[in-house]
Amino acid sequence: MTTAQNFTLAELVICAAAEAWRDGGEVLATGIGPLPRIAAGLAKLTFAPEILMTDGEAYLVEEPVPLGAPRSERPSPSGWMPYRRVFSSVWSGRRHAMVTPVQMDRWAQANISALGDPMKPKVQLLGVRGFPGNSICHRNSMFIPHHSKRTFVEGEVDVVAAVGFGTGRWPGGKPHPVDIGIVVTNLCVMDFNGPDHAARVLSLHPGVTFEEVQDSTGFPLIPADPMGITPAPNDEQLSIIQRLDPKGVRAKVIKGNPPGLRAA
Amino acid sequence: MEYKTMNKEMTLRSVVSELRDGMTIGIGGWGPRRKPMALVREILRSDLKDLTLVAYGGPDIGMLCAAGKVKRLIYGFVSLDFIPIEPFFRKAREAGGIEANELDEGLLVLGLEAAGQHLPFLPTRVGIGSDVMKFNPGFKMVQSPYEDGETLLAMPAIKLDAALLHTTRADRLGNTQTDGPDPYFDALFARAAERCYVTAEQLVDRMDLSHPDKVKANLFERYLVTGVVEAPLGAHPTAAHDLYGWDHEHLNEYAELARQEDGWNRYFEKYVAGDEETYVERAGGSDRLASLPLPAM
Repeated sequence: MTTAQNFTLAELVICAAAEAWRDGGEVLATGIGPLPRIAAGLAKLTFAPEILMTDGEAYLVEEPVPLGAPRSERPSPSGWMPYRRVFSSVWSGRRHAMVTPVQMDRWAQANISALGDPMKPKVQLLGVRGFPGNSICHRNSMFIPHHSKRTFVEGEVDVVAAVGFGTGRWPGGKPHPVDIGIVVTNLCVMDFNGPDHAARVLSLHPGVTFEEVQDSTGFPLIPADPMGITPAPNDEQLSIIQRLDPKGVRAKVIKGNPPGLRAA
Repeated sequence: MEYKTMNKEMTLRSVVSELRDGMTIGIGGWGPRRKPMALVREILRSDLKDLTLVAYGGPDIGMLCAAGKVKRLIYGFVSLDFIPIEPFFRKAREAGGIEANELDEGLLVLGLEAAGQHLPFLPTRVGIGSDVMKFNPGFKMVQSPYEDGETLLAMPAIKLDAALLHTTRADRLGNTQTDGPDPYFDALFARAAERCYVTAEQLVDRMDLSHPDKVKANLFERYLVTGVVEAPLGAHPTAAHDLYGWDHEHLNEYAELARQEDGWNRYFEKYVAGDEETYVERAGGSDRLASLPLPAM
């Protein structure tokens, strides 16, 4: 399969994000938001047929549900997954979610709850939702549409919704194991597998420099050795993405819907 | 023949007359789905106050906050789904006037389960290391008595004075059936409560005689049910699977009013003041409400 020449940054990001589920075993894959959801579907339809997905409501499906599909076109269910069972899956550890935090810090702690003082927030966001349980029970990856110091904050996140590698918050100072997969942004792919769980840049999207990523991040980054370039999608991947997102919701996620290859 | 004379039928008003200021009240459903809104509106019409509410919240929580009924909130989230942050909840939180015990969604399950089993707590890792501990300063840790010796969160029981639930159908004995793809946590709310009041789209005399084929839709035993109220369209503006979806138009107007100074009063006067009959009429009439489509995913 040949590498495509015409693709958007969103499509490149979807392909990079799909990699989160490679070799992760037979787990419930939950992509929250359009790009992570397309990415999970792409993983399932290419290299990870073993992953389980839901229709976004209460059923497991073997065919990923395209974004915005009317109820009448939904695939028939292979299993039942009401919220009670989602929690059972979370607590068992057999789940890998990809989420979009509002803030993330050097300890991989993440916030979707509120900005400012949690007791009287300047801005009320979503609340901690399932982040505390997800982050202590199973692997989580992240998708960040706008890589900036507002998201990757200098200090600690305002509200610790997802736990991370900091030691200050654990009983007896003894950290609990935390499993971060990959962090895919509009600039690069990162993980937290540097020395002492330092954030590390695994690959830069075409045309992006390490300096640009570092300047957009509130904490120090380490380049992976070697640090690659995020691979371009191939035609098969692009056609699956189109099938999973026939109405082109992916064009509205990254500001300006830029091309995948930056103009020189 | 004892059960033939048992009749748990109540009215919205008689249910609310059994509630008291300061009670801890659990509300079933999930966000904008299957909320006992007819009962919520009856509370809004009453002078009840200082309530502690426990919920996976939707407009139930937003409205009760806006009306000044709430002292304390114990919640997994408060959301309208297509409007991710419930607008009146947001307003109340940013004003800082409400005690907020924000929980991980799963911790609320464990708290209700502990209450239903009459246990003081259930152990879990969920919440440890996160600001759930800051939102809930009373939470304590417990050490595993076994070899592992792990330190766990002792999630305390969330006991409810009353639970309010909406179901598809109920009979006069208190048997209920709840259609739809997801039972959510209504059964846990019923078990955690001293008293459980159920509204139903349809009230029948004897479920065993009229709907035996739907018996798997029965989520909890009738001994948990204190009273049943027939409330057709009683979940509006939230969804009641498989009958009708949530009301986008209505909820958009509600969210828009949350931006305005006297928005809540205007909403109340326009829709809630009066009774359920006038409510349904003002919200567009029963034909419109009954045909609201279920949401696409």
